[in-house]
Amino acid sequence: MEQFHVHGTTKRRAGGHRHQAITGVNVSGNLEILVERALPDNECLVEVKTAVTGFRPIWEAVVQEFFVRSSPGGLRFSINDGGARPDTVTLRLMQSVQLMENER
Amino acid sequence: MSNLLQPHKADWYEASARERIAGLLDPTSFAEFLGPEQRAVSPHLAQFGLTGAFDDGIVVGRGSCGDHEVFVAAQEGQFLGGAFGEVHGAKLVGLLRAARAGAGRGGPRAVLLLLDTGGVRLQEANAGELAISEIIRAIIDVRTAGVPVLALVGGRAGAFGGGGIITACCSRIVVSEHARVSVSGPEVIETNKGVEEFDARDRALVWRVCGARTRYLTGGADRYVKGSIEDFREAATSLISHAPTFELSTLKAEQQRLTERLQHFGDCRDAPEIWRKAGLTQPDRITDITDDAFLAIQRPKGADHDAR
Repeated sequence: MEQFHVHGTTKRRAGGHRHQAITGVNVSGNLEILVERALPDNECLVEVKTAVTGFRPIWEAVVQEFFVRSSPGGLRFSINDGGARPDTVTLRLMQSVQLMENER
Repeated sequence: MSNLLQPHKADWYEASARERIAGLLDPTSFAEFLGPEQRAVSPHLAQFGLTGAFDDGIVVGRGSCGDHEVFVAAQEGQFLGGAFGEVHGAKLVGLLRAARAGAGRGGPRAVLLLLDTGGVRLQEANAGELAISEIIRAIIDVRTAGVPVLALVGGRAGAFGGGGIITACCSRIVVSEHARVSVSGPEVIETNKGVEEFDARDRALVWRVCGARTRYLTGGADRYVKGSIEDFREAATSLISHAPTFELSTLKAEQQRLTERLQHFGDCRDAPEIWRKAGLTQPDRITDITDDAFLAIQRPKGADHDAR
């Protein structure tokens, strides 16, 4: 198991007013993401806990690309990962932002 | 939102625990207790290099179902096979005790258990087994206090081990075709008694023995539904208002029913033998027919005995 976090700064605050959302399930090849609106509007953070060790550089690349693409300002993402592939990670991150932007 | 599948139309089998709750309860009525942001995670899994889940694999809370106030618990069958651990079990025990405390005092009208479990987690087995015992006791207490507990089973993991016993303790049991309810799972039996006793890879055999259709026809389930979340919702809504009372006479009647079932079918070696003996037409085709054809079958005498 490996634990680390990736911090980023963004241009704008993520849309919507939801306080939190959760998506995905921690099962082999998938991951669970809990998103909380818990940071200043120009910051974002992804906390990763993964069952698979040794892939930190890939995680950092995937997450930084996501920061640029989605600009999820103010959001903290907590991840329980069961060995998801990078594309799955990106999809889940995007999905979690969309959940936060949808009105309840 | 128009391009998204509406929650209640979705398939129960494919849905996650949270999707099942969203479709089962009245829209936006669900309020979660001890939600994922509280991070009530297992204290044991990290020792085994496992990353855990923010809700420890079970979602609990309150809401309304067809305008009935209910408490609800849903196991996530994909996370560690929906298995019971210390926190997972404690969340369910707490929910049941709260339901009992509220009985007759503005508490829930019923408790809905969306079981999807292989039993107890191997990584925290003692705590899990204790949780099972506490849950069984809590269910009996809730039912004694006049609040029915309904089991809804139709997920990938079925309801095995302690989950099978918990199911059997409920006031009413709803199943869909995918459901399996049993105590020792097929692999467990094969490991302990050999492949000649039970071939766990024989899917048809597994479903003939512990699958939904067999359970329904022998009275091990009260309602058989097609697989959508809406179907489970309709069954739950109607059963909440028609759940039986729970007293000594209930247990005696159930004991009587089981004794008679054993007398009639105790020497049968496989489910079709039971159907043949019970006089069902085409007993060998029970597992092959459509849900509609299956629902048209008259259950054998005793199966619909109102004794749970």
